[in-house]
Amino acid sequence: MSAPTATLPSELRLTHLRQLEAEAIHIMREVVSQFERPVMMYSIGKDSSVLLHVARKAFFPGRIPFPLLHVDTTWKFREMIEFRDRTAAELDLDLIVHTNPDGVAGGINPFDHGSRNYTDIMKTQALKQALDAGRFDAAFGGARRDEEKSRAKERIFSFRDRFHRWDPKNQRPELWDIYNGRVDRGESIRVFPISNWTELDVWQYIHLEGIPIVPLYHSAPRPVVERDGTLIMVDDDRFRFTDGEEPEVRSVRFRTLGCYPLSGAVESTATTLPEIIQEMLLASRSEREGRIIDHDQSGSMEEKKREGYF
Amino acid sequence: MSHASDLIAADIEAYLAEHERKDLLRLLTCGSVDDGKSTLIGRLLHDSKMIYEDHLADLEADSSIMGSAGGQIDLALLMDGLKAEREQGITIDVAYRYFSTTCRKFIIADTPGHEQYTRNMVTGASTCQLAIILIDARLGVLAQTRRHSYIASLLGIRNVVVAVNKMDLVGWSEEAFDDIRNCYQKLAADLDLADPYFLPMSALLGDNVVDTGHNLNWFDGPPLMQYLETVDVATGVDLNHLRLPVQMVLRPDQDFRGFAGTVASGVLRPGDEVVALPSGMRSTVERIVTFDGDLEVAGPGRAVTVTLADEIDVSRGDLLVGVDQAPSRANEVDAMLVWMSAEDLEPGRQYLLQSANCTSSASVASIRHRIDVDTLEEQQAVSLGLNDIGRCAVTSDRELLFDPYSSNRQTGSFVLVDRMSNATVAAGMIIGASSTWDRQPGASLNRQASSISGAERSARFGQQPCTVLLTGLTAAGKSTIATALERRLFDRGRTTIRLDGENVRMGISRDLGFSSQERSENLRRVAEVARLVNNQGIIAIAALVAPKEEVRANARELVGRERFVEVFVDTPLAVCRDRDANGMYEAADRGEIPQFPGVSATYDRPTDMDLRVDTSVLDVDGCVDAIMEILAERGYLNA
Repeated sequence: MSAPTATLPSELRLTHLRQLEAEAIHIMREVVSQFERPVMMYSIGKDSSVLLHVARKAFFPGRIPFPLLHVDTTWKFREMIEFRDRTAAELDLDLIVHTNPDGVAGGINPFDHGSRNYTDIMKTQALKQALDAGRFDAAFGGARRDEEKSRAKERIFSFRDRFHRWDPKNQRPELWDIYNGRVDRGESIRVFPISNWTELDVWQYIHLEGIPIVPLYHSAPRPVVERDGTLIMVDDDRFRFTDGEEPEVRSVRFRTLGCYPLSGAVESTATTLPEIIQEMLLASRSEREGRIIDHDQSGSMEEKKREGYF
Repeated sequence: MSHASDLIAADIEAYLAEHERKDLLRLLTCGSVDDGKSTLIGRLLHDSKMIYEDHLADLEADSSIMGSAGGQIDLALLMDGLKAEREQGITIDVAYRYFSTTCRKFIIADTPGHEQYTRNMVTGASTCQLAIILIDARLGVLAQTRRHSYIASLLGIRNVVVAVNKMDLVGWSEEAFDDIRNCYQKLAADLDLADPYFLPMSALLGDNVVDTGHNLNWFDGPPLMQYLETVDVATGVDLNHLRLPVQMVLRPDQDFRGFAGTVASGVLRPGDEVVALPSGMRSTVERIVTFDGDLEVAGPGRAVTVTLADEIDVSRGDLLVGVDQAPSRANEVDAMLVWMSAEDLEPGRQYLLQSANCTSSASVASIRHRIDVDTLEEQQAVSLGLNDIGRCAVTSDRELLFDPYSSNRQTGSFVLVDRMSNATVAAGMIIGASSTWDRQPGASLNRQASSISGAERSARFGQQPCTVLLTGLTAAGKSTIATALERRLFDRGRTTIRLDGENVRMGISRDLGFSSQERSENLRRVAEVARLVNNQGIIAIAALVAPKEEVRANARELVGRERFVEVFVDTPLAVCRDRDANGMYEAADRGEIPQFPGVSATYDRPTDMDLRVDTSVLDVDGCVDAIMEILAERGYLNA
């Protein structure tokens, strides 16, 4: 072959966002080609919205060839559920919603059972139940390597044994854009197509592509109580007030979305996407800090991952 | 986080517009535990303001428990992800880190320098365009520097920064830096690493990382960050050879049939004629379909869906290529293998070979040699163990379509997967089709000498032995000329042997087909016979298509340059087609003979032939006259 050309003409250059997008599309197509029963974990958050958008691109003009799975703890923000159902209807998605029936029967809730127990039962166990029930051999997730230290070493195709466990010492080498998706019965692969995106990339892509996101990311007057320096939104009448607690209306938004009693709001006046990005860039605290589960102890995310949490 | 915070605060829309135009550089940092690599990365992140305050707070907490930076924040701790590793005090896997500046986003693959982890560095390097090789200024070029540089070169990284770190500990000495540079340049030349950028630095104090600092005034190159921001990342992108591995066929309805994949190299435009391999069927690109509308052009790295004008059969694993740009195809290839499993390579055992466009069953037929990555010596080996690198012959049950890894990372790479454990056990970089040309005869063989000298033979036969190779397209007239030349020499009392490609295929090459690799082997056998008979004083006349310049050059070397005469029978393709009594071209048109030179494979027109004859201008006698003239001129017809 002749000598490679020195440089790329501008019409062929891809910006970093287009390169990240192409990488994610490539990964999704690879999964659909290699696996029998893929599923997309759909958490309704902004990363899921990006994942969904990329999936639409990957299989265009066709339909997304796999279902979406939402693990509903029953404690999600109401606006998230509305957004989920609207999105599924508008985009003609196959949506599976699963709640851990044992958790519901046991009355598991974030107020009485502590974030650790609650998360294990309503999220981790529920996820495993749903994956087993669907006999899914590949599950897409929107996790990114920049989110947390233990994720920096995560593969894009991440092998899980039949108990959904991750073994950080025994990961498959992953080279070039060749992805080894071979699994035995009962084993599976978690796939992270947007591994190489940062929080800023995600926001920029949402801005560039005009991707719809849950309104909770935008500031609005919302009823909150302040607990240990964290603002918790009172989203419905199941909220448990402690003595003397009164909800007050403040202008707040959320940087990450999950179960409302476990999601910290930030005070903000950012109502437009550029304003949100501006605030994010000028802020000095990383995104996951709003999630209470990460802070139990250093390295705790890694332990949760070993147990099967995303 | 507050980089470019003025613009963010003043005009977020302008900031976003600017940042949406950034490009991407993937880079690798190589160094050992003590070279200050993690400190360097920590500093890049810190000084480009990419560390959040809460991460920093964690770091301060961790530093007081585990840090080795004596009270200062230990930036290295930021890089160590997994808990067990943090306690061991070394990073032992590939970790990816991200930062960006106003013009570029960077992905750092951080891999350990610890010697037992070659596989991690290979893994990290496979997606990188640039490597930073860290050298401790006090220690200079070490065995591990060699190892890192070799792996960077092996994995095809074209941009290398040699960062001479800890300059503060050698008194910022220019002389120390120059010594290391001179020493490394020898290594770079051995490894074919083009033009590394040498940089004196102190990651700990920050000199020449993001800012120039004031301790290295004698150095006038840009600091690391500036270099990373401006280096051309598209170097080495091949725009001339279209390769589109088809990942899947999209068929949402009766009317649409699209082939989805990522362009590995080359440029694709609607209206381009393309060839689908392995079938060899041709069609024209109708549309390049994306969610965001059809494209007028797609280059390397684009994920696209292509529709073709004709209903040809294309499926996952096929390769769309440009016309006359066929990749190599062979069942047996030579490749550099990096062994990544604790279980040793077992030659002969069946593994799964997975590449950009194919999954097949494959085995390692032989290990040519193992590379000692510290000395770069080639050693004999019967197996490869974890972290070994070796050149191997790999045999696949399906024909592989590939380019050499040095030309194309996507179509030149593969992994081997263990069938039992499903683990990825090796990374492979293809050098080329395995060839018997360079296979060494067994060490126990001895050449049996003759008692008859060359001079005696020349006196007997009245000639100096030589080999005339007639090369050209099928039906160009090679055999006709060879037969006439044989007659003429015979009539003049010379002794010859005629080796006609077709005749040879009925006997000693009965086992060979017409693939490029098999044609090569056929020519090798003919050349070996020619050499044998030349050694016995006899003139050989060989008539074969011999379509590859490289293979003809091998034949010339084998027979001996001084007695090899290459005659290019240059007949226009249309004339050859007209003359073709056996219907070979028509069969090739129908796809019945794959890789047919002039139809579905290229014929390399000779550039260093000894004679060119055009049979559409000269008659057979005229061609023979011309050949006789050159034989006489060179003295082959004298005793």
